[in-house]
Amino acid sequence: MLIGKPRDVRASEITPESIYRQRRQFIKGLAAGSAMLMSGQASALARYALDDEQQRYPGPDWLQQKLRAAGKSGEFSTAEKLTPYEHVTGYNNFYEFGLGKEDPKARAQGLKTDPWSVEISGEVHKPGTYQLEDILKGVDLEERIYRLRCVEAWSMVIPWVGFPLADLLKRFDPKGNARYVAFTTLEDPQQMPGQRSRFGTIDWPYVEGLRMDEAMHPLTLLAVGVYGDALPPQNGAPLRLVVPWKYGFKSIKSIVRIHLSEEMPPTSWNRTAPQEYGFYANVNPAVDHPRWSQSTERRLPSSLFSPNIIDTQPFNGYADQVAHLYKGMDLRKWY
Amino acid sequence: MVLSIAALHRHPVGRWCFWSLLFFGSLIPLGWISWQAVQQQLGPDPAQVVVTFLGIWALRYLWITLAVTPARRLLGVNWLQRYRRMLGLYALFYASLHLLAVATFILGWRPDLLLRELTERPYIIVGFIAWLLLLPLGTTSTQGWQKRLGKRWKKLHWLVYPISLLVLLHFAWLIRAGYLEVLIYALILAFLLGYRLYLKMR
Repeated sequence: MLIGKPRDVRASEITPESIYRQRRQFIKGLAAGSAMLMSGQASALARYALDDEQQRYPGPDWLQQKLRAAGKSGEFSTAEKLTPYEHVTGYNNFYEFGLGKEDPKARAQGLKTDPWSVEISGEVHKPGTYQLEDILKGVDLEERIYRLRCVEAWSMVIPWVGFPLADLLKRFDPKGNARYVAFTTLEDPQQMPGQRSRFGTIDWPYVEGLRMDEAMHPLTLLAVGVYGDALPPQNGAPLRLVVPWKYGFKSIKSIVRIHLSEEMPPTSWNRTAPQEYGFYANVNPAVDHPRWSQSTERRLPSSLFSPNIIDTQPFNGYADQVAHLYKGMDLRKWY
Repeated sequence: MVLSIAALHRHPVGRWCFWSLLFFGSLIPLGWISWQAVQQQLGPDPAQVVVTFLGIWALRYLWITLAVTPARRLLGVNWLQRYRRMLGLYALFYASLHLLAVATFILGWRPDLLLRELTERPYIIVGFIAWLLLLPLGTTSTQGWQKRLGKRWKKLHWLVYPISLLVLLHFAWLIRAGYLEVLIYALILAFLLGYRLYLKMR
């Protein structure tokens, strides 16, 4: 069981590798078979075909196994056209690996994502440091196709695979006075060259936070996969947050610590430029970034002569689900 | 090297060769980015890549133009003087393409967006003013205008100094996560302008 003391032995170490591999093969066959039978209506997640199969990030075997068993979520997923895998994994910000949009893919491949442990601390009844494999045990993964709106006014549509953050928090039994959840990214300048730069504006490690009701919202996801496969390091492997109604920087990557607290935790971009980035950072076309407009976005991939400019939606199009969380709040003040 | 180029300039063929080298060489950045765009090598957000690329080359040409005087004084490369006009016009050329790229690729010539960007975004306003100020410098860069304006020509072209500061501000205003690149260009500009101050105060 996950809850209780952290364990030293992981499931993949108990099962002999040969049997384990046979099992994998069996499950693979099963998944492929059922997918063929049900032709697209399969409840299990079918693998996406990629232009370049070499690009897939395999991730650890135990995770592959879980990903193959993931279900599709219709309820929360958008039917919009997906941003291709090569762009989702080849064009993003992850300043721990450099400032360029192509730096994360180029420089993150060496990140050791397994084994990975996450510390759960603060106002919970069951604090401790847990192996990610153990955290995922007993968790059913599902696919969520979400819009991702970057604060820089570009956006993507991404099929994440993960599980609700609420499920995880409940298992660690938050205390009554827990009002916020704080997250911390790995700090390891050896592996993360961006953290070695002396000219950055961010204090490492990267930290983010959510109010408890935001954290418990069913849309709030902890992702371990993308496009049916393991999350690659450049996208925040092995565990990242996805909060689709907030600007992308809220969706913190490569999480090593989840801390529940009574006080509002500091957040990295707010510390760097408080007049530009608030704690909430809800996608809001009516409130501009001080330096640029937030009323429109470029949905990627975009082309030069017919730029894919679309109007940005309040709460990134998730207003029906989340607007009530902010009832009575002046969103101009609490940007 | 310096000597041989100076010698080259005593001959019309040498001058022509060097002019061609500089003129066509300065089109390489444009050619390169166009080729990359045609080949679809610019990733999912080519608009951003093209705009940034053209902007940085406009800045570089402005800095290079400003480097002519210090280079002559410090390195004795007087032949550079005859290319200063071309270099300055290339700064205007890349700045104009940069602006055109913003309007076409980022804003899609949507009037509402254009108006909003030009009235509400400080960094765009600063960049746009810099471009507007470059226009009269470009048009009066010919020898004819130089003669016509006489003493006033120098006064007008003194504007290049505040323009360079506006350009630096425009660039610095875009920083999100790292300031190393801007810092390097700022230090170079500090030297280029500081050297002139030093000459004046001496």
